[in-house]
Amino acid sequence: MTGWAKALFLRELRIAVRIGGSGVVGVLFFLAVVTVIPFGVGPDLNLLARIGPAFLWIGALLATLLGLDRLFQADREDGALDLILMSGRSLELVVLVKCLAHWMATGLPLVLAAPVLAIFLNLEPLAIGAVTLTLLVGTPALTLIGAIGASLTVTLRRGGLLMAVLVVPLAIPVLIFGVSSADAAIHDPVPFMTPFLIMCALSLIAAVVGPLASAVALRFAAD
Amino acid sequence: MAIWDYANPTRFMRLADRILPWLIGICVIAFAIGLYKSFFMAPEDYQQGDTVRIMFIHVPAAWLAMMCYSVMALSSIGTLVWKHPLADVSAKCAALIGAAFTFISLVTGSLWGKPMWGTYWVWDARLTSVLVLFIMYLGLMALWRTMEDPIKAGKAAAVLTLVGALNLPIIKFSVDWWNTLHQPASVMRLDGPTIHPDMLVPLLVMAFAFSVLFFVLHLRAMQNEVLRRRVRTMRQKAAASARPAAATATTQPAE
Amino acid sequence: MFEGLSFSLEGGVALVVTGPNGVGKSSLLRTLAGLVALAEGHLTLSGGVDDHTPYEHAHYFGHQDAVKPALSVLENLVFWQDFSDAAVPHGFAGDGMSPHEALELLGIGHTARLPAAYLSAGQKRRLSLSRLLVTPRPIWLMDEPTSALDTASEQTLLDLMNGHLAKGGMIVTATHTPLALTPMRKLHLETAQAGEGEAV
Repeated sequence: MTGWAKALFLRELRIAVRIGGSGVVGVLFFLAVVTVIPFGVGPDLNLLARIGPAFLWIGALLATLLGLDRLFQADREDGALDLILMSGRSLELVVLVKCLAHWMATGLPLVLAAPVLAIFLNLEPLAIGAVTLTLLVGTPALTLIGAIGASLTVTLRRGGLLMAVLVVPLAIPVLIFGVSSADAAIHDPVPFMTPFLIMCALSLIAAVVGPLASAVALRFAAD
Repeated sequence: MAIWDYANPTRFMRLADRILPWLIGICVIAFAIGLYKSFFMAPEDYQQGDTVRIMFIHVPAAWLAMMCYSVMALSSIGTLVWKHPLADVSAKCAALIGAAFTFISLVTGSLWGKPMWGTYWVWDARLTSVLVLFIMYLGLMALWRTMEDPIKAGKAAAVLTLVGALNLPIIKFSVDWWNTLHQPASVMRLDGPTIHPDMLVPLLVMAFAFSVLFFVLHLRAMQNEVLRRRVRTMRQKAAASARPAAATATTQPAE
Repeated sequence: MFEGLSFSLEGGVALVVTGPNGVGKSSLLRTLAGLVALAEGHLTLSGGVDDHTPYEHAHYFGHQDAVKPALSVLENLVFWQDFSDAAVPHGFAGDGMSPHEALELLGIGHTARLPAAYLSAGQKRRLSLSRLLVTPRPIWLMDEPTSALDTASEQTLLDLMNGHLAKGGMIVTATHTPLALTPMRKLHLETAQAGEGEAV
């Protein structure tokens, strides 16, 4: 069981890293989103520091959604999805492994970029740490939830936009607890652990629900 | 493809091989003089102390960041108008170097900003413009990376570079205007009226050294890119050269 | 899609499905592959490996090559070898080849280290075919297997298919070009009576 999972994981990583480099483009998009914020709200550093965690989270959410539409679509277009369905491997685990590889290639670079981008938004060191930690725990949930949207829209030629519309409402709880735990770390009286642990729980739930739901959707898509 | 493989790039490779040792020598000497002058001879600033020495790295890097874009824009005209086979190689290589210089100027700028403004980053008009320039460089590099065929990628990137070249003054103007709208009171303006000659001379030497460094890196990168494309062509030919199918000998597939 | 279609096939025999365009030859193969659910009726495989569904005994060789241009030829093949579960039931003497052997046999051994993006359409097709050789499975479902192949490769393919039959495998193939497979049976699908099938 570990052998095939490892083979799938490495294949996904290689494809993601080689041509296109979707992780790099995702980080670039993240940078672009963070750069345009001050043009909208003005360059007031105190204001930016206050809203910074929220914008980092929204930027990470958008950057994650941007890269997700190809998660299953590429495999469907060249027929690989049919072979995966016939391979005799648990489709739920296949989805989980694909999500993990996708997160390593696109989500993790976002988490690593977040501290640098936080400097542009004038965040304090403590706030930078808190946002990065919440992103580290929260972005896997975004990928896993996004996988449901990606598998529902896998048959559509231009599914990217629809996928974003489908996934954004589902991602709201993660966003709420991610931003509130980052804020809680900055403003003392609010406890940090409560929202943070709820977000951890959300990630774990997504790790179960995401693969199950997208496996069902992918089986329908094969017809 | 034929021109590509033989005529022009071969001559370029030979020429670059002949020029490079001299350029490298000049570069090393200029850096030796420039670094010595800026770190040991130039006086401390009466307000900023030794911090001012960051300027000798920061300012030339920022100049080079803009110069790289000009080189790219010229190369792009070469790609689109004259279809010179080396033009898009030149543009592609300048993009990476330009991004590196822009990055250096951003990092040194924010390190310089920390003692002066008390924070690593302010949305000052000049910094913001450079950040936008950085994003454009990275976008161009991503475009090159994403497109498989280097010739097609070169054309697409040339269009984007030229549109960017037209847009950069507009961006600069808009950012200036946006910034004066919300001029934050905390920002101290940088433009000191005059620079003392003791500081100006090392700065110019460093600017010269950086420019030579650019040409060294650019030529080397172009050589690498030409080689990389040759490898690509050879590999494509290798794939196409159909060896007579070994299967005719074996009718029984698995022993 | 189909009505009143019923056939059975034993090991070592090829079934060639013919019929006009649009009659549902591809759908039939996809149904056998488990990719399209049966509306009614059933599909059974006797003497298979335990815990494996019928379609986990099958290789599907369709119109799409499932070749990733970003990976090298060898990486493409090794992935499918590692990923797909082999199924060797009693009465089937298949064994997996090594990826190098399979590529060599199909005449693309020299491309093993090259990115699959550099392959021609026919070479990609052969790479896709090599998948069937590295993971032993008794049933080959082949949809227009000769498309994009030149005469020499077509002959190789025929040899491989006959070799598979000799080892006790089964082949169900939809094709327009006559294939010299032995032993062979034919299934002709007709549109006139809403896709009524008849095994010959």
